[in-house]
Amino acid sequence: MANAHKLEIFRGLLKFKSNTEKIWGVLVFLTIVTAIEVALGITKPYWLTHHYFIGMKLLNWIFILLTLVKAYYIAWDFMHLRDEKKSLRRAIVWTPIFLVSYLIFILLFEADYIYTVYKDSFIKWDF
Amino acid sequence: MDTTVTTVEEENVWGGGNRPLGASYGKLMMWFFIVSDALTFSGFLASYGFSRFKFIETWPIADEVFTHVPFFHGNYPMYYVAFMTFILIMSSVTMVLAVDAGHHMKQKKVILYMFLTIIGGAIFVGSQAWEWATFIKGDYGAVETKGGRILQFVKADTGERAALSEFAASLPDERVNLSREKGVWYMDEGTLPTYTVNEVKEGLKANPNILIRTETITDEGEKTLLTREESLQKINDATMVVEGANLYRNEYGSRLFADFFFFITGFHGFHVFSGVVINIIIFFNVILGTYQRRGHYEMVEKVGLYWHFVDLVWVFVFTFFYLV
Repeated sequence: MANAHKLEIFRGLLKFKSNTEKIWGVLVFLTIVTAIEVALGITKPYWLTHHYFIGMKLLNWIFILLTLVKAYYIAWDFMHLRDEKKSLRRAIVWTPIFLVSYLIFILLFEADYIYTVYKDSFIKWDF
Repeated sequence: MDTTVTTVEEENVWGGGNRPLGASYGKLMMWFFIVSDALTFSGFLASYGFSRFKFIETWPIADEVFTHVPFFHGNYPMYYVAFMTFILIMSSVTMVLAVDAGHHMKQKKVILYMFLTIIGGAIFVGSQAWEWATFIKGDYGAVETKGGRILQFVKADTGERAALSEFAASLPDERVNLSREKGVWYMDEGTLPTYTVNEVKEGLKANPNILIRTETITDEGEKTLLTREESLQKINDATMVVEGANLYRNEYGSRLFADFFFFITGFHGFHVFSGVVINIIIFFNVILGTYQRRGHYEMVEKVGLYWHFVDLVWVFVFTFFYLV
């Protein structure tokens, strides 16, 4: 059976000789990303916890971004999405992304509203 | 698209049996399941986000909750969860190696890698169980106020958390645990906490070194520490001693925190457990040579997809529960 795996990650920056080699390469990358996450989580750099972007700490944005990066490599290389047909890949990836973005948008906006209700109106809950 | 195993011969479009997405029926159905399951998990995590944004100023800080490592005493925030994450990613790697070996029809290698995957999954589920046990047991203890808020205790000189056992006074017992053989036969109650509210109150009054910490998070990202006078005032609101966690209340803070912890990590742990069971079934099929005779290892690929999905979900749970 011919080897038809696409053997490059980072848009061709890193090329591997065999599929097994690529798997180990991805593992190293995922481990590094996890290590960075844990290190940031423990040290909590002052600058990142005191600057906000759309109501959330920069540190949390970094965590979410790194998570999405990890998710990408797990789906693309471990779950072989890189080797699937484009139509299948798009059907699998964009459907949840669309639905989940919508859900998150709606729930977090509503939650923020309830937060202001608890904070500013005549409800006593912290006693 | 040689990486996907060909099981059906190409036929004409109207004859059925053709595969427009280049994936076999079984693989496509596995993807259907994974997408719908991903939406379920997204629903849970989004509702966690909802509750957290609702109580953004009082939510427990995960670093202070998950500080234990088995066999080690002391304060090690997150190291163990990071280890669990690594184990799961590692078992994902052995799984993908098994799939790769399957493509090359190397039965011995598939057996080895499937075995390692199962071991990794078992270690993860075991760690999860240990984490639950530690969470349920709790370590410092706290009191609950009339409004259902949690008050924790801190040593003024070191800034460390103070366990109830370190300062609570010992008063003559006010009441005994009601069990079925006492009183009316059908009545009983849960275990009483080790200390009564009065014992905690007296202990606080007697120890000038103990301060109260409320749920509210300051601008510095830490919980609010009350002064000694405020602490003595605040303790009068206490109605109940809370040790550890259950679905009603927990010593870490917001009640919803423990509910979501049990529900989301529990649902994920259930997925890992069923993944291990399915892996074991496929593992035995590989040993029996079922797929060798069938001529392809697509079943290994399909359970592999599920297994990676479980890993994928954990990456998100790890971020939203332990890091953010």
